[in-house]
Amino acid sequence: MTDTTHTAPAKVPRSVAPARTPVPGGGHRDGSLLRRLTPWLFLAVPLALLITFTYVPVGNMIYYSFTDWDGVSPDRRFTGLDNYEQIFTRPELFRVFFVSFYYLAASAVQIAIALYFATVLSFDLRFRNLFKGILFFPYLINGVAIGFVFLYFFQDGGTLDSVLSWFGAGSDHAWLGDPRSANTSLAGVSVWRFTGLNFVLFLGAIQSIPGELYEAAQLDGATRLQQFRHIIAPSIRPVVSLSVILAISGSLSVFEIPYIMTGGATGTTTFVIQTVKLAFQFNKTGLASAAAVVLLLIILLITWIQRRLVPDEKVDLV
Amino acid sequence: MTTPLPTRRRLAPALTYLSLIVASLVVLVPLVVVFLTSLKTSGEVTDGGPLSLPDDWLNLDNYVTAFTDGKMLSAFFNTTVILLFSITGTVIIGSMTAYAIDRFDFRAKKPVMALFLIATLVPGVTTQVATFQVVNSFGLFNSLWAPILLYMGTDIVSIYIFLQFIRGIPVSLDEAARLDGANSLTIYWKIILPLLKPAIATVVIIKGITVYNDFYIPFLYMPSEDLGTISTALFRFKGPFGAHWEDISAGTILVIAPTLVVFLFLQRYIYNGFAQGATK
Repeated sequence: MTDTTHTAPAKVPRSVAPARTPVPGGGHRDGSLLRRLTPWLFLAVPLALLITFTYVPVGNMIYYSFTDWDGVSPDRRFTGLDNYEQIFTRPELFRVFFVSFYYLAASAVQIAIALYFATVLSFDLRFRNLFKGILFFPYLINGVAIGFVFLYFFQDGGTLDSVLSWFGAGSDHAWLGDPRSANTSLAGVSVWRFTGLNFVLFLGAIQSIPGELYEAAQLDGATRLQQFRHIIAPSIRPVVSLSVILAISGSLSVFEIPYIMTGGATGTTTFVIQTVKLAFQFNKTGLASAAAVVLLLIILLITWIQRRLVPDEKVDLV
Repeated sequence: MTTPLPTRRRLAPALTYLSLIVASLVVLVPLVVVFLTSLKTSGEVTDGGPLSLPDDWLNLDNYVTAFTDGKMLSAFFNTTVILLFSITGTVIIGSMTAYAIDRFDFRAKKPVMALFLIATLVPGVTTQVATFQVVNSFGLFNSLWAPILLYMGTDIVSIYIFLQFIRGIPVSLDEAARLDGANSLTIYWKIILPLLKPAIATVVIIKGITVYNDFYIPFLYMPSEDLGTISTALFRFKGPFGAHWEDISAGTILVIAPTLVVFLFLQRYIYNGFAQGATK
């Protein structure tokens, strides 16, 4: 994305051109002053919103993270690094990071499934569009609706139990009852919800490969597996690595599904649920801000690694 | 190449279709079950299994309950208001920014670009702790303006979509209009904006679906009962309807149905739009 700034100078000549045309009416000086102000007239509102709702909060958040503010009272004490120390030393605060591993594992599954179906559906198949639509649709569904659909699905004697009993594997297992199976179930919901997006991204990348390549490969007697390895894999690598990075930062900032389905009970509290609870239920704005800063730093670090690993021009669509 | 196909060659397509059918069932079964439940009576839900069929396929009582007791009507109204304002705002703000950045040359251009670029890296969920204080200090807490402004002000993806598209519009059009005496605002409004139509369509679709589905922002900023959006109103079904799964299911289907209709009509645009939006 950063290369947009590098390409900017190349366009200078054409945007300078109108400045040379004589300005009708008013003097030359007024015209150029107005011209210099014009971009700012267009940028005023967008910049004001950007600064108010992104940069001011980030700045405040960093400031709050060094205080013991409760979010309401007018006085706050500067406590130095105390909040950060708490996050990394109090096990009940730190533990939530481990929940991310369930979602990280789920994203690996998700990417694998998406790759498989994108490959399969890139070939001519009957009902191709129908299958594509079915696989993608969950991504568009409202998160609260998905939460309720799966609460019913995982209920005792619910859909999952009924389907399992058809196969003789009936159980009265409480799926959301203990931390391990609850987190696995919730991560499964996340696979159900997000596979469609990865699938459509991969499919788009595969379909942008020129058809002659496959024809040539087929003439040479290449199998589908060989076609995948030597034609498809290299051309979708950028979009796959982008998905991996998005999956990692996504696994760290999971909120909706566990919050709606379990409210963070039975060990399903994620980092963001904990931060939201600290800030808005326990009025620990200082501590919550420190937690948010830690998450922000981790995500920035991951993005930085991505930029180092994947050269920009390959992912860049701007 | 004309040798008879080995069994493997014939088995492979069958397995492919099998995997597709299994995946489709995994997607559809949880949804269909909820749809079936929404048509059942309270008694049928407690007595029958989740996979049983409703007795009366036209039993819409649960939908009536969801609308009246679940306040879904006012939720749809609030969501529509938020959608209208935030989408219009996003389109205007995004296209203005793209126009200013692409068509003008000014000294602070690079810093301004950087400001927008860096903001894409900041995940919204993390900063709400502090954003809340900003919104609150404007007195916007518990008003429809909080989500509208937040959706409008923090959408950088749409700026990129516009920026990408505006580069393809020849500058000679601007220049010709300028020679005819048009000022920058006229050029933006009469020439650039109409030509951006395809990009506007993409932004409207992505933004519309994102805003329609968002739970976090309305949940945080509009806790008032009367200010429910479809997400928060549905979320509130959890308490009063307790174990009344037939009512909860009806509410859920009510929320999913518009998405399904939009998807069926605008499939092509939706695939392209989300592919563009996600890779930003």
